Amino acid sequence: MESSVVYEGDLNLKATELRLGLPGTDEPEKQNMSSVRNNKRASPDMAEDGGSKGDSDAKNGDCESAPAAKAQVVGWPPIRSYRKNSFQTKTEVETGMYVKVSMDGAPYLRKIDLKVYKGYADLLQAVENMFKLTIGEYSEGEGYKGSEYAPTYEDKDGDWMLVGDVPWDMFTSSCKRLRIMKGSEAKGLACGV
Amino acid sequence: MREDRPPPPPSRGGAYSPPPPDQVLENVLEHVLQFLTFRRDRNAAALVCRSWHRAEALTRSELFIGNCYAVAPRRAMERFRRATAVTIKGKPRFADFNLMPPDWGANFTPWVTSMAQCYRALEKLCLKRMFVTDEDLELLASFPSFRELVLICCDGFGTSGLAVVASKCRKLRVLDLIEDEVTDDEIDWISCFPEGETCLESLIFDCVECPIYFEALERLVARSPSLKKLKLNRYVSIVQLYRLMIRAPQLTHLGTGSFSPSEIVAQGDQEPDYSSAFDACRSLVCLSGFREIVPDYLPAIYPVCANLTSLNFYGEACFLCLQVLDTVRDAGLQAVGATCKDLRELRVFPIDAREDSEAPVSDVGLLAISEGCRKLQSILYFCQRMTNAAVIAMSENCPELVVFRLCIMGRHLPDHVTREPMDEGFGAIVKNCKKLTRLATSGLLTDRAFSYIGQYGKLVRTLSVAFAGDSDTGLKYVLEGCPRLQKLEIRDSPFGDSALRSGLYRYYNMRFLWMSSCRLTRRGCKEIAQQMPHLVVEMINGEEEEVKEDYVDTLYMYRSLDGPRADAPSFVTIL
Repeated sequence: MESSVVYEGDLNLKATELRLGLPGTDEPEKQNMSSVRNNKRASPDMAEDGGSKGDSDAKNGDCESAPAAKAQVVGWPPIRSYRKNSFQTKTEVETGMYVKVSMDGAPYLRKIDLKVYKGYADLLQAVENMFKLTIGEYSEGEGYKGSEYAPTYEDKDGDWMLVGDVPWDMFTSSCKRLRIMKGSEAKGLACGV
Repeated sequence: MREDRPPPPPSRGGAYSPPPPDQVLENVLEHVLQFLTFRRDRNAAALVCRSWHRAEALTRSELFIGNCYAVAPRRAMERFRRATAVTIKGKPRFADFNLMPPDWGANFTPWVTSMAQCYRALEKLCLKRMFVTDEDLELLASFPSFRELVLICCDGFGTSGLAVVASKCRKLRVLDLIEDEVTDDEIDWISCFPEGETCLESLIFDCVECPIYFEALERLVARSPSLKKLKLNRYVSIVQLYRLMIRAPQLTHLGTGSFSPSEIVAQGDQEPDYSSAFDACRSLVCLSGFREIVPDYLPAIYPVCANLTSLNFYGEACFLCLQVLDTVRDAGLQAVGATCKDLRELRVFPIDAREDSEAPVSDVGLLAISEGCRKLQSILYFCQRMTNAAVIAMSENCPELVVFRLCIMGRHLPDHVTREPMDEGFGAIVKNCKKLTRLATSGLLTDRAFSYIGQYGKLVRTLSVAFAGDSDTGLKYVLEGCPRLQKLEIRDSPFGDSALRSGLYRYYNMRFLWMSSCRLTRRGCKEIAQQMPHLVVEMINGEEEEVKEDYVDTLYMYRSLDGPRADAPSFVTIL
């Protein structure tokens, strides 16, 4: 990657140079005015557009015209990836971290962090403890047997699903909230209707 | 044990005969040299003459290796036979930001293997940016006097390695894991500490991204009466934090974990009194964490703010403080400026670490900090908008600054008010902060900024430059002007072979030079390598295989006593 610079008042003959080749391609050692990304000295106009954001300073300096904005540069800003990964904002619902848990008939909601649990057994144990109930044994295709409760969840498409139907990782990334259903409604869902 | 000295003459008839004069001098020297603690002083003493060199080597207990490839383990350990504390640094800092492929090197194994023979009495070890395996940790744990392990920005090990350290190091006082990448081997390492009272003084594991068994941690804290520093990972909820704090009111350093509940209790349920828990920790001077904060809980920390000398705020914490105050986001920093009058170190990280994100802090916050925290010594500040005026104000208000690291996240951004380059701001910092040793620049900078740095930055030892400068002249200013420069890391700046050549006489006095995505050619680097035989000149190819012309992707250059390393991977060419 090269950074070519514009000096104010510089004649910058290269800009008027007649060259063969596709626009935007250039030899590294030649200063190039033709592509927006090389203009490091922000003129007022450029700055308004967020000139720097227009750069596509890919680390290996591939010569292509930059797509405007949003092009991230390797290793910039200089934050360790450990820190970047560890910031979980509440707005990132897809990560499925905090979800509300409601139980039919109970007057209050609870909130849990799905990341804390290692799997379905762990999660359901916690839910049972939380609401002082038993959920019963899960069997594929037949739902939860042995109790009148069935744990269900709303996924990111808005559908209500039975907890346990999909692999754990898929569940944690798509679950928006949990609901412990009771009675006949539970049965209906369990039968895959 | 003085192998290299002739034995004293035998006494006659049992009478005491005094030791020869030069041995007396050696004894005195060793006694005196023990009082020398600063590395620089010791290095100077070692140059006086051979006997001083020898005496100093035998009395040095703390060995510092600034670059693991600058010297072979054996050579270091044979000179300093009695060291009991070792610090080793490995990869250059820019490796943290994915500017270097993994598996570059900095392996700890050859060091620990030598230590197993030469340093069996090792007590303390600090590693930074090294690759450490579980087997290495296991070997370390077998050293009988081992009691302090600090790993910073390391990787290569997992919780199984930690488990071995916890269980086998009976005298462990310090286990500090700072920004490491720790693999989850699904071992509950906290439970591996032996039963009974421990000597633990510091336990830092906020970077360990593995769930822990809280009850085991609680019991560990309860049986560690000497524990002063505790930094928890995000798997510890605020409720759990509370339980730990009431067990350990003697804490001086606290990392709060997630600072958020794992389940939110409905109204009417009793919530623990967080405020009084913080209040009870009267000795708290360092607070960090707040990884997943819920704003309602932040007022709990206000009682301790007055005592804080060091504060790590993640971006959201700042403006969430403000949500509580219900004013502009920078005002969170204004609150810090208003209350933390003794603050020495401040780090403000962005919650959204992208170049074009909406950062809630700016020049306003920086100004507020500068006006309130006059004793500030170290600042790391990420922002999207900055002005020269704010930076100049900080240079005038905070003359004690030793470390100034400003990261304006948008590349080449000028002063957002005047549209000028940020030259004057950084110029004021180097000019007014006479104790400055570390500087990191950002924003739109011309060669003028570098002329200021070269002119005034006479104590600067570490300089980080990114997306800055106009020409070779900029780098020349720095190389010619900064006599104390040790570590220079540059990326994406238009500096080329001519500038590189201008620093030739400096490089043996520097620890390293890093230049990536600049204008260096292979030919230029080769020239340096040929003229400086004790420099290891590494050309590192980036991820993409394509090599453009003659240009060097990354140059990493460092002095070494033992020549080029034998463990260089295929993507590294040593010229």
